[in-house]
Amino acid sequence: MIRAVVRYLDERSGTAPFLKKALRYVFPDHWSFLLGEVALYTFVILVGTGIYLTLFFEPSTATTYYTGHYLPLRGHEMSVAYRSAVDLSFKVRAGLLMRQTHHWAADVFVASIVLHMLRIFFTGAFRKPRDLTYYLGLTMLIVALLEGYLGYSLVDDLLSGMGLAIGYSVLMSIPFVGGNLALLLWGAPFPGKPDFESRMYVAHVFLLPILIATLLGLHLFLVAARHHTQFRESRRTTEKKVIGIPTFPGQAPRSLGLFFAVAAVLFLLGGLIQINPIWLWGPYHVAQGTNGAQPDWYLGWLIGALRLVPSFDVTIGHYTLVPNPFWGGALFPLLVFLILYLSPWLERRLTGEYGFRHLLDRPRDAPWRTALGAALFTWVFVVFLAGASDRVFVSFGVSYVGQIWVYRVLVVILPVVALFATRRLCLALQESERLGRIRKQAEAEARGEMPQPE
Amino acid sequence: MHAVVRRALATVIVVLALPAAAGAQPGVGVKAKTGKGLYAAYCLSCHGVDGSGVTSTSHPPGVLDVHGLGPPLKGVGALAADFYLTIGYMPLADPHEQPRHTKSPFDDREIAALVAYVASLGKGAGVPHPQPQRGDISRGLSLFTEHCAGCHQVVAEGGYVTNAVAPPLHQATPVQIAEAVRIGPYLMPTFPASQISDSQLNSIIAYVQWAKHPDDRGGWSIGRIGPVPEGLVAWLIAATALVGCCLVIGRRFQR
Amino acid sequence: MSALRRWAIALGVLLLGRKKRQPRFADRPRIVPPGDADPRAEWLVLVLLLFAAAAAVGFIVVYSFNHLAHQTQYLGLALGLAFACVAAALILVAKRLVVTEELEEDYPLPHPTTQEELEQLVEESGDRLTRKRLLLTGAGAAAGAIGAALVVPALSLGPLLDTGGFYETPWRRGVRLVDEHGKLLLLDEIEDGTFYTAYAQRADKELLGSPLVVVRFEPSQLHLPPKRRDWAPGGVVAYSKICTHAGCAVALFRKPTFPVVEPGPALICPCHYSTFDPTRGAKVIFGPAGRPLPQLPLAVDSSGVLRAAGNFSGPVGPSWSGVRSKAPRNAS
Repeated sequence: MIRAVVRYLDERSGTAPFLKKALRYVFPDHWSFLLGEVALYTFVILVGTGIYLTLFFEPSTATTYYTGHYLPLRGHEMSVAYRSAVDLSFKVRAGLLMRQTHHWAADVFVASIVLHMLRIFFTGAFRKPRDLTYYLGLTMLIVALLEGYLGYSLVDDLLSGMGLAIGYSVLMSIPFVGGNLALLLWGAPFPGKPDFESRMYVAHVFLLPILIATLLGLHLFLVAARHHTQFRESRRTTEKKVIGIPTFPGQAPRSLGLFFAVAAVLFLLGGLIQINPIWLWGPYHVAQGTNGAQPDWYLGWLIGALRLVPSFDVTIGHYTLVPNPFWGGALFPLLVFLILYLSPWLERRLTGEYGFRHLLDRPRDAPWRTALGAALFTWVFVVFLAGASDRVFVSFGVSYVGQIWVYRVLVVILPVVALFATRRLCLALQESERLGRIRKQAEAEARGEMPQPE
Repeated sequence: MHAVVRRALATVIVVLALPAAAGAQPGVGVKAKTGKGLYAAYCLSCHGVDGSGVTSTSHPPGVLDVHGLGPPLKGVGALAADFYLTIGYMPLADPHEQPRHTKSPFDDREIAALVAYVASLGKGAGVPHPQPQRGDISRGLSLFTEHCAGCHQVVAEGGYVTNAVAPPLHQATPVQIAEAVRIGPYLMPTFPASQISDSQLNSIIAYVQWAKHPDDRGGWSIGRIGPVPEGLVAWLIAATALVGCCLVIGRRFQR
Repeated sequence: MSALRRWAIALGVLLLGRKKRQPRFADRPRIVPPGDADPRAEWLVLVLLLFAAAAAVGFIVVYSFNHLAHQTQYLGLALGLAFACVAAALILVAKRLVVTEELEEDYPLPHPTTQEELEQLVEESGDRLTRKRLLLTGAGAAAGAIGAALVVPALSLGPLLDTGGFYETPWRRGVRLVDEHGKLLLLDEIEDGTFYTAYAQRADKELLGSPLVVVRFEPSQLHLPPKRRDWAPGGVVAYSKICTHAGCAVALFRKPTFPVVEPGPALICPCHYSTFDPTRGAKVIFGPAGRPLPQLPLAVDSSGVLRAAGNFSGPVGPSWSGVRSKAPRNAS
């Protein structure tokens, strides 16, 4: 059987040598190296469930009236898009499972990319020769954010409409060209031409997924071409040789097992925990809004930033130069991603290390990088938390206005605190390790053993 | 703490002084006799003698030298008194605080007495008798979205209004909803019958009643407020579980 | 009966029998190092796989029901458990049933010679060209122009340069105010203490310029800018319902019951809590909005109907660079 398959393939494609090499490709084994795989497998689930949803969803803003079984929406005027999303949740068997799994997968997709990125950042895996891989990964993160935003915006429920209004406003606020860009994308002032829905749709189900898949392919190709990084674990792990388990039989069942674990978690969530119950929100109308409208978590840092900026437009005389949403909604994410994109270059400039780096640092081994990273992510995290301050007030009674002022201060202070505290922590850990080694050596000498060379 | 002690003391004094207070105004009916007594004990410092209101701090202090502040109650009717008392907004320890839904310190008989007394102070609306069973949930959702969702959130889970909380409506009874719509307690607008008719009100109440147990066919509802709890689940359950899987599958450092 | 039993026994032997086959590659050095068998793990894997199969069958069974309470939950549970069992089985296979080898491989090195050869190849290919720079300029021009030509059709997406649409609203002097259902708004029916959502009569309600929030105050409570003194007949003020910050509907009206101790009246947007003072021309008093809500001057006609007395005091909706350079104008 195996012989037949191998022979068939090799005789027709000549790939036996390649296959052998691929099966014996070396994977360094560490749990944190699997985070990227989680993102990859979540993407697979997203594509699968997404295709299923496209079979039922109708991206049209044409007006219709709901006549289905769900009482509270009976007779409501709504778009065909919203109606078909409600119908695929209620009338299509397993439709709600697929929709919820798709939405949970989107949330988890970005979460796993972020975790993967944190691992890459704090171990210095973005250094040459993997900087290009890292840039591709960051780009995928940006595309994933946009893809998720379009996904929940397509449905045209009350929350998606409010989210689109905010996205439109942020685009509008870009100095000088914002208004023109918004007109180009929406086709007309908000809520835009009816075509806007199909534009979002084609971007969500075709352009952006293809883009992600392409970037993903390149990303994986580069990973394979340069081999994995590895931790400096024993004397055998060096900058010259990579040590690990082969694709087959070692890594294959591990990785496949992880795929099924991802699928299990996502489908269990999709079936058991309700996400974005669009039938409860009702359809969107420009003149309506609901309290505490929030974006999905991965855009929470942007709503936080929008809320923290005090009331001002930058004006010269009577000319409005920079409208308010620009600072929180556009400049802040641009800055964060700019810093992330520049990190490999900055590190080369600051450390003067231009060589190849295959061995990873533990965070404590590179105190400055770790400290700067901690400062950056603390900054983002504080702003992210600020985005939920209204719900914190409703649930816990902590004054919203008070929280906003505290966050405005913390946004400046905490990153600095994180910077110095993290650096101190790294140095302290290094020091305690050094002491531990000396003690061990001393104990060994006291027992009369030969001191082991490090 | 202070307020509690003060209130307890006031109660003791009022109980002792009750016969005297009752004798002061023979014209009021039996129910209102205790009503007036309770009013003197719990309400007078803030709402003034005979519901005349205390609208500035220069007003002379009331029972136990308490400097209260409160709107006049003449003409608010049984409707307002019933709402504030049954929902536990009154008595309020500090007039500067937002009243919150609490269990009333009064029993039903005392509330009825107080309501009757406040109603007797002037001409005002009586306790409404909404009929949500005559309402239409679908119309209710439209009306609720138009008038209420901005503050109370579209599934009535409550929300934030600058400087205050628009409370969730899980515990509101149909009568309380009808009352609140008409009087607009604290920072809520007052919706008159010319804007929301009684039959529309029935629909709104029908919707709010429905929204207490809506159609959660997606599973565990996690609060029905959308992305904040969803994000928590994504990180605390999904991401944590998957990192756990990675830890099981992959190797950890042995040192 | 006996035939059936024989078949059953044969099947049992086939499935349960533990036969070690003669290795076919015994004459060669092994690629995968040998390891010990772990029959308990094998059994466990088997059980997990059977569980997975059972759960998957359960999914199909649940799916086949036409009306079933909590169907989504059962479907998710069944499929999730099936996947979870397979995951567990595979992890067990990885950890206990296949050998975990440790291989090593050289990190790939760059290829300096090939790099040079590539360079040489490109250079030599262009040997015959004498006006290299000129040709390159020509190629650049062609590529740039063709690129631009391919991008230009994208401009059909929207009126890129014509931002005039941002200033258009359905309002002008004389347009009547109607409610959600098209009913005319009468001055006498507007009560204080509440808020009304109004639209321009016969205009599309879904345009940003259409919706208004209408509130009534005692005229003495209003402190409008001097130029707007007569914009509020009977103390009724109308503002655009669209927030100037991020375009959400200003759907909250804060109205104190007892103004002595409570915050003053305010219009609030539920997205980022921009808070506007309706008694002072919707000035921003909290939150991120950069300019007040545009106010619509009102007038009352002889039959008591509220009408616009002109267009908004400023452009409606979210701001852009130069937003205040022009005044809003009627769309028709």
